[in-house]
Amino acid sequence: MSNYRVHGATGEWEVVIGLEVHAQVTSNAKLFSGASTAFGAEPNSQVSLIDAAMPGMLPVPNRECIRQAVRTGMAIEAQINSWSRFDRKNYFYADLPQGYQISQLYHPLVGEGQLVIEADEKAGIPEDKVIRIERIHVEQDAGKLMHDQHPTMSYVDLNRTGVALMEIVSRPDMTSPAEAGAYIRKLRAILRYVGSCDGNMEEGSMRADVNVSVRKVGDTELGTRTETKNVNSVRFVMQAIEHEVQRQIDVIEDGGTVVQETRLFDPNTGTTRSMRSKEDAHDYRYFPDPDLLPLVLHEDFLEDCRKSLPELPDAKRARYENELGLTPYNARELTAEVETFARFETLLAATAKGIGKPEKEVATQVANWSLSVAPGVIKALGDEGDPANATAERQAAILDMQAKGEISGGQAKEIFEIVLKEGREPAEIAESEGLKQVSDTGAIEAAVDEILANNQDKVEQYRGGKDKLFGFFVGQTMKAMQGKANPAVVNDILKDKLQ
Amino acid sequence: MSVTREEVAKIASLARINMDEHALDHMVPELNNILAWVEQLGEVDTSDVEPMTAVIGQELRLRDDVVDADPKTGGGRRDDILANAPVAEHGFFGVPKVIE
Repeated sequence: MSNYRVHGATGEWEVVIGLEVHAQVTSNAKLFSGASTAFGAEPNSQVSLIDAAMPGMLPVPNRECIRQAVRTGMAIEAQINSWSRFDRKNYFYADLPQGYQISQLYHPLVGEGQLVIEADEKAGIPEDKVIRIERIHVEQDAGKLMHDQHPTMSYVDLNRTGVALMEIVSRPDMTSPAEAGAYIRKLRAILRYVGSCDGNMEEGSMRADVNVSVRKVGDTELGTRTETKNVNSVRFVMQAIEHEVQRQIDVIEDGGTVVQETRLFDPNTGTTRSMRSKEDAHDYRYFPDPDLLPLVLHEDFLEDCRKSLPELPDAKRARYENELGLTPYNARELTAEVETFARFETLLAATAKGIGKPEKEVATQVANWSLSVAPGVIKALGDEGDPANATAERQAAILDMQAKGEISGGQAKEIFEIVLKEGREPAEIAESEGLKQVSDTGAIEAAVDEILANNQDKVEQYRGGKDKLFGFFVGQTMKAMQGKANPAVVNDILKDKLQ
Repeated sequence: MSVTREEVAKIASLARINMDEHALDHMVPELNNILAWVEQLGEVDTSDVEPMTAVIGQELRLRDDVVDADPKTGGGRRDDILANAPVAEHGFFGVPKVIE
């Protein structure tokens, strides 16, 4: 359990949070028409007669949108309803030409599921926590209104009208802003792994309605909740909760009661305010859409959805730890984003192949390179380097040389710098820039012999038990070799000769 | 089941149907007659009968995820879309300012 508590004038309060996330389904065409879903097109250029609600047009669902919602449901271990139905949610607004949104109230496509948010001590999440998901249904998005283009009119762009959304409804299982943030991040990761939503919150591909209530610690009854609409970043969701919690506590402690209502979040001030004009908004008079038969899914369709699921974040993280032997930290960092693990796995495969060892044996080296060494060099170079030059093959070539002891860690970084700046091949750079360490035992032995001969006194002390002097001999040898000797070979030779 | 005059007035208002007192005088008993008739159907025991959603056994057809495959159900026809709009400017519909 989270320990999140808010101190009020009358005692300690705890918080109950549920989230409804609207995620835009990744598809070429809209949910019920053939118009494009591409972002950023000319206004009203991607509107079909169906989207504009012209009389006589009939909706026909897009199979891909249904498939993506089903796959998402499977990814959160949810029950998939092979019989579902579309309902009309009736309201009038300028962004909704039909006068109703086609949604699924009574028989959603996806039923009970869940996801796990990971323990994060710093954020006040002491252990892994299961957040239950009540349902996922598919529905139409509305159009876009622009209010600042004309003094007396609002402009309407219907390009987004009819684009498929998944509404993913959690149970009120979250008890702190940090848990809500972790839930959205985890959900976003799952959606992106599955490929059912691009998770781009800036472009509005994911937005959340935030349900919040407060109660005194120890109370079992839930308090009255408010719903803050359309919050479009993890940070804003956390801010909206913090503000709403404090506001509700202030209302109650001042002797008032919290009104169940819809509120709006203002990102500029981090506060919420009442949406008074929508008092009737909850009277949607839902009824089954007579234009659409029930949606029946057959086993072969479901099997196809199941088979197409990729390895999911939790499974991938466990595999990185258990099979590749990575640290929990590395495993978590590498699996957080689709791009990160894709780059890592490409580089891992290339490196393992180049060195001729199983992936498990080079995984830690590749993980450290991917998470810390390479990003460090790229960041330090800034505009001087072009990350496009850092192909998996080139990075694998560097890791290969390092694993074979041909170059040191420092030289690997120097070579990578040149790769980024000039797009040259690592092997050629190592050769022409002299960035190689000497593993030639003959040359190193000669250097060691000379140093031991010149430091007879220290050799005696070392043999007399002054072990610390070993470092001195290593340093002298490296210096004599201009830093280019393979440290492992130097160590071996020194140990041998000092016996 | 029956509806009150207030309920009918509210539903009419939500549906943006203008209904004056005279219209309500007629509508309320008419609706209640219909509801009473529908209620009669409840006398039949249907506990073992699957709900029927269509008269003929059809399944919902699905479309392929292809943009503008059929011009009749695709986009790219802004002029048609805006043709009947009372106000259209710069490719947008213009409506009285609605601001939340």
